[in-house]
Amino acid sequence: MKKHLSKFYLALIMLFFYAPIVYVIVFSFNDARSLTTFTGFSLRWYEKMFKSRSIMSSVYYTVIIAVIATAVSTVVGTVAAIGLSKSNKLLKEVVTQVNNLPMLNPEIVTAIGLMLFFTSLNIETGFTTLLLAHIAFCIPYVMLSVMPRLRMLDDNIAEAALDLGCTPVQALTKVIIPQIKTGIFSGALIAFTMSFDDFVISYFTTGPGINNISTYVYSSVKRINPSVNALSTIIILIITLVLIIANVVPLIKARKVKKNEEVY
Amino acid sequence: MIVVPMLIIIFYAFTKEGNSVINVKVTLENFGRFLSDETFTSVLLRSIKIAVITTLICILIGYPAAYCIAQLKADSQSVVVLMVTLPQLINMLVRTYAWRGILLNSGFSPEVKVYIGMVYNFLPFMILQVYTSLSKMDKNLIVAAKDLGCNEFKAFLKVVLPLSIPGVIAGITLVFLPAVSSFFIPKLLGGGSFVLVGNLIENYFVTIGDWNFGSAISLVMTVIILISMYFTRKLDYNQEER
Repeated sequence: MKKHLSKFYLALIMLFFYAPIVYVIVFSFNDARSLTTFTGFSLRWYEKMFKSRSIMSSVYYTVIIAVIATAVSTVVGTVAAIGLSKSNKLLKEVVTQVNNLPMLNPEIVTAIGLMLFFTSLNIETGFTTLLLAHIAFCIPYVMLSVMPRLRMLDDNIAEAALDLGCTPVQALTKVIIPQIKTGIFSGALIAFTMSFDDFVISYFTTGPGINNISTYVYSSVKRINPSVNALSTIIILIITLVLIIANVVPLIKARKVKKNEEVY
Repeated sequence: MIVVPMLIIIFYAFTKEGNSVINVKVTLENFGRFLSDETFTSVLLRSIKIAVITTLICILIGYPAAYCIAQLKADSQSVVVLMVTLPQLINMLVRTYAWRGILLNSGFSPEVKVYIGMVYNFLPFMILQVYTSLSKMDKNLIVAAKDLGCNEFKAFLKVVLPLSIPGVIAGITLVFLPAVSSFFIPKLLGGGSFVLVGNLIENYFVTIGDWNFGSAISLVMTVIILISMYFTRKLDYNQEER
């Protein structure tokens, strides 16, 4: 009885989580320009979406900025984390605290801070400021996922590499980086999703004509625009597919291994 | 890149027409204007109220949910956790936009709509935090408590609950912080008339263009958040000392 009750409760929660997602998918196929009454099946909003220059450009900017911001912030964050692990305690302490700031601060404060920063340097808001802002808020996340890995690393390993005739660069690329690879990888993944999903910081740091998906959705809600449903559906499908592949494939592999073990 | 923007906000908040460095006037006027005007303080109080109630709802719904997940078999646990995480990976704007359609003709007041949107967006944080602290717990502790004469309810109250408090505290931080500063949830779901402090900041920066006053508002908000964070942290330490 108790078990059923808890399962029922979880099912209710899942209903709450997934109802709006299903709703968006259903209404993306709606024939009418309505968010409340379903009149018939049609693909016209998908057609409209692919023809809409503003939607396509927002997708383009979202992807390109996420890719560049991830690449730059991963490199900078990793180098900064490695440098930090070799510096003295005081500096380490200060930088770690500062690094935590953007995560404790409300996003909107970070956003207006960056906006004021760019304008006081007389940089015109637009693609450059959007990209710089994304790099800036991604770096702390990369550092945060690389630093624990570095802490686990034995200092003597790098020294041993140097003793055995490695140049410092070789020691870095052949010894340190392979050891912290998983940290770098998960940092890059977090950076990509943060950048891809960001709204608040993009909203304040972008300029006229440059939209990412989030700011486009925000600017288009004043009127009813079912193309947004179509766009959302495609995003939902891609994310779900990636997640299923990423999570189910290892699961199946693990089961196969298990089965094989059982056979022998 | 992190410190300088913060300093600029502080600089703007304490100055007047400081757009060129020469005629900067240091002033407390911005803060005075904010705190003396009732419309502004009522918006601030409303934001805090909404954030506090959202956090409470998230605890009330999220804790039992996390507890239920922790009771499942290990395989199903990871599946359910994945199902809780998945909607989070979908753009927050897109998810809030979805609620707009559902709630359009629902007849709920703007305030209720904003609550629904906030709980929807922030509940996963609470569930995942509490779940992590529950799943880390040593199950033998519960067995031991029962051996020593506790009934199920008492074992939960005396053993499970105190040990999961750090997870709840972390959840509170993750829910309260974005809830108090959110501006697109009230805008998308509450309609234009429902203003929270985040909307106020947005208006002063984007529509009105009074950056000094906007900076002052965000500084007030940041200070309030820092104070509440300090108290939640303290709660945590008190728990540990006991």
